[in-house]
Amino acid sequence: MAGNKGSSRRKFLRLGIGLGAASVAGAMSGKLLASDENPETGKGEKVKVLTTDGKLIEIDAEQVGLAKKKDVYISREEARKGIPNRKFVMVIDLAKCRNARKCVEACQEGHKLPKDHEWIKLYMMQDSADSAPYWFPKPCFHCDNPLCASVCPVGATYKRSDGIVLVDSERCIGCKFCMTGCPYSARVFHWRDPEVKAEPGSMYSPELNVPPLEGTVGKCVFCPDKLRKGQLPRCAEACPMGVIYFGDLMEDVVTNGTETVRFSELIRDRAGYRHLEHLGTEPSVYYLPPVTRLFPVDRGYDGLEPEIKDRYNKAPYIIKKRKKQ
Amino acid sequence: MSTYTTEGLLTEFAPQLARPNRLWYAWAVFFLLLFVFGMFGLYTQLTQGHVVTGMRDNVVWGIYIVNFIFFMGVSYAGALISGVLHLFKTSWRKPIIRLSELLTVVSLMIGPVFILFCVGRFERIPYLVIHPRIQSPIMWDVIAISTDLVGCIIFLYLSFLEDMAHLRDNAVALKMSQWRINLYKYLAIGYTGTPVQQKLLKFSRNVMASMIIAIAIIVYSVLAWIFGVTLQPGWHSTIFGPYFVIAAVYSGTGTLIILMWIYRRLYHLENYIKKQHFVNVGVLLFIVGAFYGYFTFSDYLTKWYGSARMDKLLIDKLFREYYWLFIFSNYIGVILPMIIIAFPRLRTINNISFGALITILALWVNRYLIVVPTLETPYMPIQDTRMAWVNYTGTWVEWSLTLAGIAVFCLLFMIASKLVPIIAVSEMVEPDVHKNKEDVEILLD
Repeated sequence: MAGNKGSSRRKFLRLGIGLGAASVAGAMSGKLLASDENPETGKGEKVKVLTTDGKLIEIDAEQVGLAKKKDVYISREEARKGIPNRKFVMVIDLAKCRNARKCVEACQEGHKLPKDHEWIKLYMMQDSADSAPYWFPKPCFHCDNPLCASVCPVGATYKRSDGIVLVDSERCIGCKFCMTGCPYSARVFHWRDPEVKAEPGSMYSPELNVPPLEGTVGKCVFCPDKLRKGQLPRCAEACPMGVIYFGDLMEDVVTNGTETVRFSELIRDRAGYRHLEHLGTEPSVYYLPPVTRLFPVDRGYDGLEPEIKDRYNKAPYIIKKRKKQ
Repeated sequence: MSTYTTEGLLTEFAPQLARPNRLWYAWAVFFLLLFVFGMFGLYTQLTQGHVVTGMRDNVVWGIYIVNFIFFMGVSYAGALISGVLHLFKTSWRKPIIRLSELLTVVSLMIGPVFILFCVGRFERIPYLVIHPRIQSPIMWDVIAISTDLVGCIIFLYLSFLEDMAHLRDNAVALKMSQWRINLYKYLAIGYTGTPVQQKLLKFSRNVMASMIIAIAIIVYSVLAWIFGVTLQPGWHSTIFGPYFVIAAVYSGTGTLIILMWIYRRLYHLENYIKKQHFVNVGVLLFIVGAFYGYFTFSDYLTKWYGSARMDKLLIDKLFREYYWLFIFSNYIGVILPMIIIAFPRLRTINNISFGALITILALWVNRYLIVVPTLETPYMPIQDTRMAWVNYTGTWVEWSLTLAGIAVFCLLFMIASKLVPIIAVSEMVEPDVHKNKEDVEILLD
């Protein structure tokens, strides 16, 4: 399923954040004009793009920098800067989530995380006894006022111009102050050796954060390595329900791979909000309230491994259900 | 009105400085064994990773941090007490001021080491100097603690100086071995007690005494702010700075009383450390204890009454899962020592020392209750994590290193008491200076 979905999604993605990617690619590589002479860049590939006046046209992929991009190595220094003219934002539609956990799996696989180490977690939330329970995927919120970055004594975790908060595992001393600073429990620690070795020849970049290092802090990175290639973060790409929208605040557009929408309209029409807004951390992740849901909330328990099912033992909704029985 | 002479005191204290006896060695071996046990724990942690501790993704700080706060607290209290006693020329300070100064430095040498155990990659500690970020409260702490350490060592050394000179001058009469004579000669740096030297020494000690009082308050507040600046329920409190300072003095005063009790028995100092000293320090314990109780009550009352969601969860946790620990540290630990000191009939040396012991234990538990339950009450409910990771329990590795810390504390005291008289000779022979105008002037200079 993932295979054929992937190709269609990529096409939509090009439509979605394609326009912006052109300028990014231009600024990054500076070979927009010189590219014709490069035999490796898929010359002649055509793509459909949306012009500023709303017309759908077909042009050379090369021209807008949308030809298949190779992985670029982003050094530790460069990873501190951020992708120019970008402000990334995520919108999570709670009405669609059914705890399929594909986002968790894709994230763990992509970042070579050990099984007991999740960068995106799924909560069974219920705000009060009589309010409705709902599934709540929680990545790092990449706050604009990140306490984790403020309290780091060595600058191992930092905020970039594109809004992404990263951790440099080569710098982190493992004091865990950021973990107590983060009110969203977004950070996880490598308590034991993750036993993941770097692929031969590959160099460490905080953008992917592979290999994970014992005694350092890790967290969701918003997949800048994918963003640089004009692709969605792994969680958004993997979600079978299209729960996770990702995009750029500057362009005011977000996409979940099958649907591309204006960010401001989506937030306005669906009453988007940010979790624990009162803490003043200014998250970059928005939530759409779980109204007119696609699934009954119980479906989230279907097909879970017993170990994972146990993790929700203390969730209030389950307690209530058990009492009724 | 001092009736003591240098020679008389030195002769009396000489056996203490003589070769350690069998009992000393027995204790030293015991503490060394504890230390070795701790090192084995550390080795386990280094080879297998922090997974051998009880800390996990929610409770990321545990007993290590509790010990860190505890030893630092004891140290600051020592600094505050010795500084204040020195500056105000309290006449009863003389037999106990050295214990208090030693307490400051010894615990200050142990406290920060616990941070190293807690840090995931301690080989990267130099990054704190190579890539410092002054915005981080941890950096404030690094600066404050190193300043404090230097200041306290200078203060301690200045208070040793005269005694070193006395020991050097009386070396022959005391039949000391050659290495000791050389050591004292070296450490006395040519001090002979000329009027100029005396004046300089007095002046520097006054300056250092006032400085370490200020530094102690600042350092412990900074430590409190590490917790206070975060948004965590139970930590995000404006009262934390003064609260930590008071709690520190409380535990430190208790530790001082215990040390007085031990050394009084060990070295038969009944003629020097008298009941009156226990009562006086006890009264100090009473006053500080009252403040500590007041701050604790004030902090928890406002959290409980307002009942913001997270505060309520925290208070519920404290009164359910941590009920007896909470009662012990914040009720018994305050009320019992106060009762013992409040009633003259109860004020025996042993009773006061027992109260002090309760104080120390209560304050250790108090720090535990500040660190752990808050981390078990994050804003995001603890879900989608292994059930075994939800609650914190210290493992044998953490306890072994805690015991090692206490062992090193005792060992350092054992060694120090063999090198200098545990009662400051120079203080004892110094006339009471209340009526001496010159000293007031020096103080005001």
